[in-house]
Parts: sequence; C-alpha cells; structure tokens
Amino acid sequence: MPDIYHFLQQLVNGLTIGSTYALIAIGYTMVYGIIGMINFAHGEVYMIGSYIAFLVIAGLTMMGLDSLPIILIAAFAATIIVASAYGYSIERVAYRPLRGSNRLIPLISAIGMSIFLQNEVLLAQNSKDKAIPNLIPGNFVFGESTMNGVVISYMQVLIFVVTFLVMAGLTVFISRSRLGRACRACAEDIKMANLLGINTNNIIALTFVIGATLAAVAAVLLGMQYGVINPNLGFLAGIKAFTAAVLGGIGSIPGAMLGGLVLGVAEAFGADIFGDQYKDVVAFSLLVLVLLFRPTGILGRPEVEKV
Amino acid sequence: MTSSIKAKQLKTAFFSALLVLAVAYPILGLKLNIVGIKLEVHGASAPVLWTIFACAIGMFFWQLFRSQLGNAWDAVPKVPGVPSSATNFLTLPSTQRWFVLALVVVALVWPFFGSRGAVDIATLILIYVMLGLGLNIVVGLAGLLDLGYVGFYAVGAYSYALLSHYYGFGFWLCLPIAGLMAALFGFLLGFPVLRLRGDYLAIVTLGFGEIIRILLRNLTELTGGPNGISNIDKPTLFGLSFERKAAEGLQTFHEYFGIAYNSIYKVIFLYLVALLLVLVALFVINRLLRMPIGRAWEALREDEIACRALGMNPTVIKLSAFTLGACFAGFAGSFFAARQGLITPESFTFLESATILAIVVLGGLGSQLGVILAAIVMILLPELMRNFSEYRMLLFGALMVFMMIWRPQGFLPMQRPHLELKQ
Repeated sequence: MPDIYHFLQQLVNGLTIGSTYALIAIGYTMVYGIIGMINFAHGEVYMIGSYIAFLVIAGLTMMGLDSLPIILIAAFAATIIVASAYGYSIERVAYRPLRGSNRLIPLISAIGMSIFLQNEVLLAQNSKDKAIPNLIPGNFVFGESTMNGVVISYMQVLIFVVTFLVMAGLTVFISRSRLGRACRACAEDIKMANLLGINTNNIIALTFVIGATLAAVAAVLLGMQYGVINPNLGFLAGIKAFTAAVLGGIGSIPGAMLGGLVLGVAEAFGADIFGDQYKDVVAFSLLVLVLLFRPTGILGRPEVEKV
Repeated sequence: MTSSIKAKQLKTAFFSALLVLAVAYPILGLKLNIVGIKLEVHGASAPVLWTIFACAIGMFFWQLFRSQLGNAWDAVPKVPGVPSSATNFLTLPSTQRWFVLALVVVALVWPFFGSRGAVDIATLILIYVMLGLGLNIVVGLAGLLDLGYVGFYAVGAYSYALLSHYYGFGFWLCLPIAGLMAALFGFLLGFPVLRLRGDYLAIVTLGFGEIIRILLRNLTELTGGPNGISNIDKPTLFGLSFERKAAEGLQTFHEYFGIAYNSIYKVIFLYLVALLLVLVALFVINRLLRMPIGRAWEALREDEIACRALGMNPTVIKLSAFTLGACFAGFAGSFFAARQGLITPESFTFLESATILAIVVLGGLGSQLGVILAAIVMILLPELMRNFSEYRMLLFGALMVFMMIWRPQGFLPMQRPHLELKQ
C-alpha cells in the first residue's frame, strides 16, 4: 500500500516541523496573552539561537570533542542562556518604555528591533549560508524498504522527544508553580494582578525569557534538522510561528501547540500537492481561511471588548 | 545609604554587565568561518572584543551609580527647549499647508538647475512620498496597521509591466488600470480581514505581501520568474517619446521641438510625472479628509466602539481606507515600473514595506508634511551615507525603536482641528 505509506510519511514530516513551530508559537502566544502585543522580534531570537547552536557545535567539534550527548547538552544550554538574555534585553530596551501607549507603537518598535537584530547578525557573521553535517545520521524504517515504507530519522525522533518534554514541562510549570500561577493571573487581568501584589514587570520579563527559551530549543533542533542557517531565516520562521499561534487561538498555550502541529501538517501536504515553492502560500492561505471562519482560532476564547 | 540598598544595586549592576556580555559576546565576539567544507569558530578582532568588554564594564558602573548620576543630571540647569508656541505653530494644519505649498514650488523649479543624478534621486523620493501618502491613509488616518503594503505596490508595477509587455499598452492608459487592479486586490483582501481586530490585520497583510512575492517569483511563464520583466516602456508626453530613436509610429520629443537630443530631458520629464502624481495624491487626500468619509476614518481610529454606537459601519469605512491606500500604491507601482524599465520580485520584499511604514511613522502619523519630510530624509540619508551603507539598515532599525521611545508622535505631527474653551 504505497499510498498509505506516502500519506503517513508526509504526516510524520509535517508533525516534526509542526512541533518546532509550536515551540516558537508559544513565545508569541504568551507575550500576546499578557501584554497584548505581537513580539515581532521573536523570530530573530530564534535566528540568533540557531547561530549560537552552530557556534557551539562547530567549536566543540573543532576542539576534538565528538561525544554526542555532551555536544547536545552544551548546545542546548548555551543557546538557552544567550536567547534568554536577548529575550530579556529586547523587552527591557524596546518594549518596557512603551508600556501603556497606543497599540501601534510597540509593534513598530518591535519591527525596528527585528531589523536591527537581523542586521547585527548579518554584519557580525556575514550573509553566507553556514552548514553543519548531520550529527545524528540514520533512521528507522517501517514497511518493506526506504522507498516503500515510512522513514523516521533519529533526528526526527529527537525533535519529538525534546519538544514533548519541553511542552510537558511548560504545562506543569504554568499550572502548578507559583510563578506559573502569577503568569496566568497576569494574562487574566494585569491591573488586578498588580493590585494583588504580583510584580507584573518581573512576570512580563519572565514571559519573554520563557518564550526565548522555547525558541532556543526549537533553534537547536531545527538547526540540526536542516543543517543550514543564514541571518534571514528568522523572518519566515517568525511569521510561520505567529500563524500557528493565531490558528490555535492567540493567548492560549495549548492552542499554540495544536496550531503548530496543524500548520506543520498542512504545509507538508500542501507542499506535496502544489509543489515545494508554494509551501508558504499554503500556510498563509490557511491563516486567512481560519480567520474568516473562526476568527478566535481553534481553541481561542471569544474576546469581549470592554468600554 | 544603607548597605542593603548598596548590595542590591551591586547585584543589579553585576547582572546587567553579565547581560551585556551574554548578548554581545557570542554573536559579535565569535565568528563562524567556512573553511573548506567545515565550519570553524574564530574570535573576532581585538578591538571588537575590547569594545564589548568596555561596554560591559560601562554598564556595570552606570547601573551602580545610576541614582547618583540621575540626581547630578537633574541638578544641571536645563538648556531651554523649543518653546511650545513654536511647536504649536509648526503643527497647525494651516501652517503645514503653506509649507507643503512652498515645497511644491521649490520642487517645480529646481530640477531645471539640478544635476542629472540629483533629479533621479528626487524622482525616487517622490515615489516614496506617494507610497507614504497612500499608506498614511491606511495607517495614519484609519489606524489600520498594514505590513504588506508592498504587495499592492507590486500589483501596480506588474499590472503595467505585463500589459505593456503582452499587449503594448502605454503608460497613461495603464496608470488607472494599475491603480484599479491594486484597489481590487485591496478590496478582496480587506473584505474578509477588516472585520477582525487590528493585530490580525497586521499579520494577514504581511502574509499577503509575501504571497504576492512568492507568486510573482514562481509563475515563471507569466511574470518571468526571478528575472522579472525588462524593457518596460517609458511614459510619453502626448505621444512624444523621450528616447533617442522613437519606436514605430511615434515621434521623439527632441525632433518635434527641433532641439538636440539630451538624455536629461527624459530624467526631468520622469521627475515631473512623479511630481504630478504626488500632487494629485495630495489634492485627492486633502479633499477626502474634509468629506464625511475622511472624518469617519479618523473617528474610527480614535474610538471604534463609539463609532459603532453612532451608527457607522466600521467595515465599510475601513474597507474604503484600505482600498484607497492600495490604489495609490498601484499608481506608485506602475510609475516605478516605468521609471526602472525592469522589475523583479525582489524589489518588493518586506523591507520595502518596513521602509514605507517607517516613513509614515517617523513623519508623524496622519501628517502629510511629515510624510514628505520623512521620505526625503529616509531616502536621502542612505544616498549621502554611502560609506556607511552596510550599517544603514542597522541604524534604520535602531532609529525606529529610538523614535518610538523618544517621540512616538513623529517629527511633525499634525494637530487635529479642535476648539478650546478659553476660561
């Protein structure tokens, strides 16, 4: 049954990419849920994360280290630290002074920040594509052969496992811990949370750091999966992830996870049907369709405008 | 000062310095180099490393002595700023109208004395003025954030290029068609999306801009793909061509008037056409602003709920602004195609949208004089700073953030017509 195999293969590929979109999308959705702005520079944090991951991997390989677990742990740790630093600094420099102004203003500041970061990396690291070899070659084959069966590479397995762990961890953090409760309180009503003694400035900063951390994880995973990076990749990853967040219902964390997966699968099948170059067109058309028929997204709550 | 405050400051200062290091060192201090087929990591040059280090140290001391420095700064007598009456005068609509008029007179006269290169750059500035004025309707007046404005610009440019390429239509016939095409796209896109909240609009329009570019690049049979369309005809003056040799059935400008051929005539003519388009745009927008529809745009921007309560239909009002803005982008696009003679999908990237948005925002949302001045600054500065061209976009991004923090109302905002009750 080759057709079934083909279908399953596309599904697996779609879910793999989709789960990383979901990771980036959570950063958008959490920030939007609390301060109601689109953090346009989030995609650039992801891009910077992938550069850090490549720096670590290339640096450690150069030093003659070839133990895979050490490289992986070092890459995740370094990327998370640097990306969080960026997430925090962006909030401090570009958004905090603008809190409480007209909605357009932080968004424009965010676009400026995004252009700034993209060009910072472009100037420091030049615009050439940088590539690393696949660190985890090999794959599982289900079915008769690679041509006639479903192929799941070890890398894809790693992506599934890591994203699942991270999302499970985040869910526990948000639902069980004190800080998580404070985050939810801020998303519900930031003024009230402030009155009840929650340091909302710290919670907002924390949201940016969490978002950056998840983007960093996605950056390491996708960087290793694709093996190629350049300073422009943040833009597309950013709008894709935002699309995923809107698909799932912006402001809702499970929604972002679901939206990412749906987007990834839709893109995989869309690329299969219309050709690879129309992958992005499929993603954006999906966004317009969802907004048309279900503006609050799949899991979003309808928002009541208060006067 | 108690020791606990001191300790807290020390902690903050240390943390800030570490933050600077974490942000700057990995990206600026380390470099990924391609050596053969492998990637290697090298340190950046010593001055860069020392600068990063110095910044971290500077941050440490600044955070440590911030409150003291703040007090010292407050003690310094302030330089008197621009008096508020002057700002008031400059932002009055009537003053700005005179300024615009003066600018137009200057713009009409100087190309006959300017150099060829200068006139060429001025034409480019006028294209951006036109785009800025169009986007100003959408963003500045109606308060809808459109991040895919370049999509309509592309529609206009390709409308003319394709009609001219396949059917041999002239510029003056295609100009209205291009505007209508762009307006149609704006209408079709705006119809479903404008019922939603503003943030969604931003992202959908961004996606739309990208879709247009991807389609233009991939529909190779129709649009020429990445190579674009070349040899697009220049505009003519009542059928008079400005080329050295006229095409069949056409007469050239220099032959008709019996003067020697000079390529500067063409440059000046293009400039004047651009100026004409800008003037038409200015006139139309100024008239519209005084009509109920223009008032409705601004009212909607200020308070959508109040507008609904007064019985206005927000979707129709938004749609009119969106469509009209797209229409002006279409005009600008067809002129751009005519001036360049060659268009490719890469002329219409998100960066263009961001530049136009920056012009509108830096100029002051809603202010036409502001848009004109900002377009001049934004296009002229990079031309003057050729040496810094690689840092151009970096500065541009930083400027956008800085402007939003320091002066979110823009260089020259326009006052709303209002009455004050004198007590």
